[in-house]
Amino acid sequence: MVNFIWLFFIAVSFIAAIVNGRMEALTEAAFEGAKSGVTVSFGLISVMVFWLGLMRIGEDAGLLRKIAVLLQPAVRFLFPDVPKGHPALGYIMSNMSANILGLGNAATPMGIKAMQELQKLNPEKETASAAMCTLLALNTSSITLVPTTLIAIRMTYSSAHPAEIVGTTLAATLIATAAAIAADRWYRSRYKNKPPKWKDRDTAATNSSRGEPPAIDGQGKGEAVV
Amino acid sequence: MRPLYEWITAVSAWIIPFMIVFIPLYAAYKRVPVYETFIEGAKDGFGTAINIIPHLVGMMVAISMFRASGAMDMMAALIRPLFDGLGIPSEVLPLGLLRPLTGAGSLAFTTELIKTYGPDSMIGRIASTIQGSTDTTLYVLTVYFGAVGIRRSKYALKVGLFSDFVGFFAAIIICLLVFGS
Repeated sequence: MVNFIWLFFIAVSFIAAIVNGRMEALTEAAFEGAKSGVTVSFGLISVMVFWLGLMRIGEDAGLLRKIAVLLQPAVRFLFPDVPKGHPALGYIMSNMSANILGLGNAATPMGIKAMQELQKLNPEKETASAAMCTLLALNTSSITLVPTTLIAIRMTYSSAHPAEIVGTTLAATLIATAAAIAADRWYRSRYKNKPPKWKDRDTAATNSSRGEPPAIDGQGKGEAVV
Repeated sequence: MRPLYEWITAVSAWIIPFMIVFIPLYAAYKRVPVYETFIEGAKDGFGTAINIIPHLVGMMVAISMFRASGAMDMMAALIRPLFDGLGIPSEVLPLGLLRPLTGAGSLAFTTELIKTYGPDSMIGRIASTIQGSTDTTLYVLTVYFGAVGIRRSKYALKVGLFSDFVGFFAAIIICLLVFGS
């Protein structure tokens, strides 16, 4: 899916640039995009370093485990396959609370840390586990109680009621999050019943390793053995 | 609504300083060597942020090209008649396409709409609600999965985009209901 979207963007951009006669702008945009990718990543360094340091203290003191146990029932529903009292749950809770309070620069490091903890439980390191997908779904729809940035912008343009969108935003974000959780659940059960194709291919390759040619053309792992 | 809003803003202002003080204090009480532990954990931060660079560069190049080539405007023009037919102000349509792709870009667009039509216009309110109610799906996916080296994201992107789609229309409908004349 990501492969497709990426290719789609680039290919469609090229065609659109021909139609609109914006080839020069396209070149500029490509390098501008690369630059902002690096800028954003560098901006993440300071918050990542700081929060991961602070959260390590919390982890070593047993705080995260405590939070995880305390909020067990709530996260149990969303992350049924993460073991009880696992530090991942503590990070997930910190990430969700930071999102809810609108603390963007605290939410991202904790979310990434939660991903790293979930990765330890993940049997296939290059494929997202079900729990990882759920965490991502929660973060893409991110429940926010107070959209502070927008209130500030509305104030700048002298709104009579800058905070009047708090209610509508909360309602919309709750609906979006509910949709995300429902969709995540649906896909999760679908994937459980029907494992992805490449998995079948792997087992087929190992079964037919005695001279027989693999049923589906065995690129990658098979080739390395030869 | 106002006292609740002020209360939440106050909590938001206090929570980070509180954590910065409380976590080390509690750890010291538990006999954790706080400063060494901080340094030990902080070391991981740099590598994690650096790991994200290739993912973010790849994604941002594609998005930047998509916008600059005019492909996004063409897509918006294609969907616009549908919006007009439904009685939805089509000025907010580009925001629906932009929101999952770029946080900074959609914020800039929202600000532009607020500036042009006024924060208390229906367009201004809808744009504010859309911008505030979801996060940038592609950015979140790139950063979170990129940081741990996930290459196959399975259904995660579909779920994220679906929730953006639902959130976009929910924001419009809710605003039309709440602020509608």
